[in-house]
Amino acid sequence: MSKSKRINDVTTKIVIYAVLIFFMFLTAGPFYWMAKTSLETSTNIFKYPPSLVPWPLTFENYVGVWKMLKLGTYYKNSFIIAGFGTLANVLFALMAAYPMARLDFYGKRLSLFLVLIPMMIPVQGTLIVNYLTLRKLHLLNTYAGVIIPQSVSLFGIFLMRQAYLGIPRDLEDAARIDGAGEFYIWWRIMTPLVTPTIATLAIFQVLTWWDQFLWPLIVLSSSDKYPLAVALVYLQGAFQTNFRYTVAGMVLAVIPVILLFLFMQRYIIKGITEGALKY
Amino acid sequence: MRQTLLAYTFLAIPLLIMIVFIYYPIGFGVNLSLYKYDIISTKEFVGLKNFSSLMHDKYFWNAMKNSILYLAVVPVLQFLSILLAVMVNADIKARSFFRLMLFIPVVTPMTIVALTWRWIFRERGILDYMLFSLKLIDDPVGYLSNPKIALFMIMFVTMWKGLGYYMMIYLAGLQNISQDYLDAARIDGAKRWQVFFHVTLPLLKPYIFFCSTMSAIAALNVFTEIYAMTRGGPNYATETMPMLVYRWAFRYLKFGYSSAAATLFSIVVFAFTLLNFRLFREGGVRSYYE
Repeated sequence: MSKSKRINDVTTKIVIYAVLIFFMFLTAGPFYWMAKTSLETSTNIFKYPPSLVPWPLTFENYVGVWKMLKLGTYYKNSFIIAGFGTLANVLFALMAAYPMARLDFYGKRLSLFLVLIPMMIPVQGTLIVNYLTLRKLHLLNTYAGVIIPQSVSLFGIFLMRQAYLGIPRDLEDAARIDGAGEFYIWWRIMTPLVTPTIATLAIFQVLTWWDQFLWPLIVLSSSDKYPLAVALVYLQGAFQTNFRYTVAGMVLAVIPVILLFLFMQRYIIKGITEGALKY
Repeated sequence: MRQTLLAYTFLAIPLLIMIVFIYYPIGFGVNLSLYKYDIISTKEFVGLKNFSSLMHDKYFWNAMKNSILYLAVVPVLQFLSILLAVMVNADIKARSFFRLMLFIPVVTPMTIVALTWRWIFRERGILDYMLFSLKLIDDPVGYLSNPKIALFMIMFVTMWKGLGYYMMIYLAGLQNISQDYLDAARIDGAKRWQVFFHVTLPLLKPYIFFCSTMSAIAALNVFTEIYAMTRGGPNYATETMPMLVYRWAFRYLKFGYSSAAATLFSIVVFAFTLLNFRLFREGGVRSYYE
């Protein structure tokens, strides 16, 4: 019995490893290929059959893409949008979530519903109307136009509300007895206690902004304002033949998020799973 | 009283932004669909004419068909992510390494994912070469230029990027299941697969609800990968509703007509969300509120 069970276990493990290794090649393969192509010379790239290792090795594509395609500008644009966008997301989430979690006021339930309803209703049409609204506000082709319509993250509000709800009541009461003002309680007592959740939300939003495509594409009309994600697709069209440059650009665009992910894994996964658990 | 003041102050700006950029567009989008509007000339009220024209518009039905077809990613994605979640939850070596590797596509921007796969799929590219070496094909396939398969290729890319995300959620779900349930079932003599189908899977139901709703909405909203890989081609074979709405509104400046299409499509999306609710009952936004 125990012997057959062990064999059974070994077979199971072999199957598990086989499947996982297959999927790992499937997910990691394209990244390897990207890095490889970006390090190749022009003669290698259209070689058939394709080579598996980049040889001769060269960094000319990186130098080239940085110089020729103004990659620095797109980098800067991405950082501006992701930076200010995330800042707004976090700040508004803290401000909106705190009253919903901890304060007593008329209309508390209503405010919560106002945040809930849009999560249920599809927002297909908002694109067009928001474009027209931005046009009226003269915010087309500005970073503000990219950021403001998405500066309130409903997911963020829920995440922060949950975090604020988790703080014991005593803390707040003690501060009130000591005569602390409401703003002081929020900023100096309650908010420092939710810092881990703030980190989770911030990282999550940086990734979301970095990935943004459709909205910046619509709002921004001059290509030198494009963030990296949009610029790469745009450049791909313009530099069809020079794919090595695009790939080098892609690697450069991936590096920041991969680094962020490797160092902040814990927070990212927490954000994803908490979003689901408490939904 | 002081609490009320702070509450209103704090809520004012976020709510204002929500009203202008979420609530107003939902209402005004429907209104806009009753007009003929191209930004340059003045709005012209046409009543329900946009809707009746849509009924005879082959591009509309083509895009609707493609979007509905795109929903096929949902069950496949859920099946694969549950499978992988169970595997990376098993007692094996290097499981956190596997989790990490499978998760990396999730944090990679979609444009980069799409451009990478576009290059892999290109004629006489690496995929052609691999399949050719394995003697599975004789001629270049033209994965993205063949209208019969192009959409499925993009669906594959969507799944490739989403797999790790849903896997992580299911993993959290699996880890939340109390070991007692599983042990009890095993003691009662249940086989491993019986435990999985009769204990684990039912307990994962709220997660399956969440993930399938999320991925259904994402599938219906798919845009970036299509734009970056085919722009809706060849011959509109990969044009989904969001692509069509984009093309009509921002390329042809048919804002009213495009809004009408978006409005009809919103109803479809909403229907799928409700359907999911009915199918899974528990879980969902309501449990958040309680």
